[in-house]
Amino acid sequence: MSILIDASTKVICQGITGSAGKFHTLGCREYGTQLVGGVTPGKGGQNVEGIPVFDTVEEAVAETGADATMIFVPPPFTADAILEALDAGIKVIAAITEGVPVIDMVRVYEKVRASDAVLIGPNCPGLITPGQCKIGIMPGYIHNPGKVGVMSRSGTLTYEAVWQTSALGLGQSTCVGLGGDPIVGTSFIDLLKRYQEDDQTEAILMIGEIGGSAEEEAAAFVKEHVTKPVAAFIAGRTAPPGKRMGHAGAIISGGKGTATEKVAALEAAGITVAPTPADMGQAVVDAMKG
Amino acid sequence: MKIHEYQGKELFRQAGVPVLDGVVATTPDEAAAAYEKLGGPIAVVKAQIHAGGRGKGTIIDNPKQHGVVLAKSADEARAAAAGLLGKKLVTIQTGPAGQTVNKVFVEAGCDIARELYLGIVLDRAVAKPVLMVSTEGGMEIETVAEKTPELIHKEHFDPAVGLEAYQVRKLCKKLGISGAAAKAAAKFMPAMCRFYVDSDCELAEVNPLVITGDNQMIALDAKITFDNNALFRHPDYTDLRDLAEEEESELRAGNAGLSYVKLEGNIGCLVNGAGLAMSTMDIIKYHGGQPANFLDVGGSANTEQVTEAFRILLSDPNVKGVLVNIFGGIARCTTIAGALIEASKTVGFNVPLVVRLEGTEVEEGRKMLAESDVNVINATDITDAAKKIVAATGV
Repeated sequence: MSILIDASTKVICQGITGSAGKFHTLGCREYGTQLVGGVTPGKGGQNVEGIPVFDTVEEAVAETGADATMIFVPPPFTADAILEALDAGIKVIAAITEGVPVIDMVRVYEKVRASDAVLIGPNCPGLITPGQCKIGIMPGYIHNPGKVGVMSRSGTLTYEAVWQTSALGLGQSTCVGLGGDPIVGTSFIDLLKRYQEDDQTEAILMIGEIGGSAEEEAAAFVKEHVTKPVAAFIAGRTAPPGKRMGHAGAIISGGKGTATEKVAALEAAGITVAPTPADMGQAVVDAMKG
Repeated sequence: MKIHEYQGKELFRQAGVPVLDGVVATTPDEAAAAYEKLGGPIAVVKAQIHAGGRGKGTIIDNPKQHGVVLAKSADEARAAAAGLLGKKLVTIQTGPAGQTVNKVFVEAGCDIARELYLGIVLDRAVAKPVLMVSTEGGMEIETVAEKTPELIHKEHFDPAVGLEAYQVRKLCKKLGISGAAAKAAAKFMPAMCRFYVDSDCELAEVNPLVITGDNQMIALDAKITFDNNALFRHPDYTDLRDLAEEEESELRAGNAGLSYVKLEGNIGCLVNGAGLAMSTMDIIKYHGGQPANFLDVGGSANTEQVTEAFRILLSDPNVKGVLVNIFGGIARCTTIAGALIEASKTVGFNVPLVVRLEGTEVEEGRKMLAESDVNVINATDITDAAKKIVAATGV
């Protein structure tokens, strides 16, 4: 098994006729994802290299039976696109778009959390179950089906971790990019619950960064509820306070959200923390040895 | 995006948040005229910089000159402005270099009965904005939060609805406010929350928030940061940006679509992806070096961006070497290698360059670099790259 998505997942792309939407839609199809349709308001009836385009998500779902979507629409329209997917009954919504106003996400977050749908992102690379389904912008070929559940607030750092776990022969069950914004739809804790229950996942790798307290909350949850080995890495030990490090959510504010605090919380929960980004794969191996 | 106090107060005024009359001045004579216009007998001359702690902060080489000065005559206002304008003010938030004061705000005085604190931020843990108030006005709120957290009172609110009346009553009770002042709070607090949402603020802080002798509630300060992602909704805010307050190299990077933060070290970093860029800095430090910057060229960096990135890195006189760390995903290693070769022609590398490429089209990318004239120290992985650049810069 895997979490959230597998070979049976049917995916549409909102914003399929834009350049990024089209490029990554085709990339996902090439990987083997069941990419069944796309949505661009006003362009219904067209097709993108054989993939049908619809005016609304409701129509796309009715015609294709889609249960997942990846969103590439520009930031001013992203919140609306998420709500449209939710309304149409889509169960896994991956919002790739970077630059969504945070107050828009406050509105969306509450509605998503009150539903049975899962929102990944925004400002994220998406998610992938290797060999089965890729929804997002990550390079598919570096992944191998396997036993590590990888979850991360960062994109390329996740690729690095995937690369290392692949090289060590561990492979991945499902990799999820949570997104680099202050408010994202899915937390580390949400995924820890799923990884814990997933047969294929034998170990979990959590990649966090400065800002907020998601890692501390996850550490407390691991201590109480997770029996599988957990390894972690925190980016930003050298980041100065008050400066935004690329991601909207990566900022130490009011002395809170430092890497030091996060590492301490993780270690206190018995989690193996990689000292450098080069040691993420090895940290998983060490955690599995116990 | 941050704005100045005087700009924030104008926005407050428009939003129905009470402020005092004030005039912005750029010369001592303008400050004197502002005093006359306000009519005295007391005015306050306040340095306008994008940093807090101005009242306790002092001018470099003139430790008696604070950033906020009481003036009882036009001459005193003129003298205060003369002591501030064109000088560098150092506060706990500016760093030792300080920030140049280009404007002062001359504000009417008022009869202060109590000083409180009010701030609104996003509470990431519950994904809602939160209004925070405290009896400890005028203090550093971080210090209050650390030493006496029980003195900070919080109410989350729904952005669509705003602050409810009962929430104001709860906060007033905790602050010990009643009668006419509580009536003032019932207008002030919801107006601030509405302003926070409507203006897409990231932070809106009033410290101190004062209650006057006649029970009015007035914002004596205004510290505002807007959500950069929402600026498209507020084209009028473009005029409020003060480029003089921003780091020049960070401005340049922003214009080129690069995410850059200047640091104090001597090893320049060029990386794709924010998380990888941060951890590249971390691993340099781990192996004994000091990163000179954070730089994320993004997922789809082109030749122009990489070239500009090198220009910015190499214009920092502290930089004694550059580490390029690329994990090609969507961005191909060949694109980056090509951009590196082009950049070396137009910029000219005069310091050691360590390159670590991995991911999509890595073999072709490495081959391109090997066959080029660029003098590159190749690294096989991040650890190798960090050790090599630390060795090459002789730290």
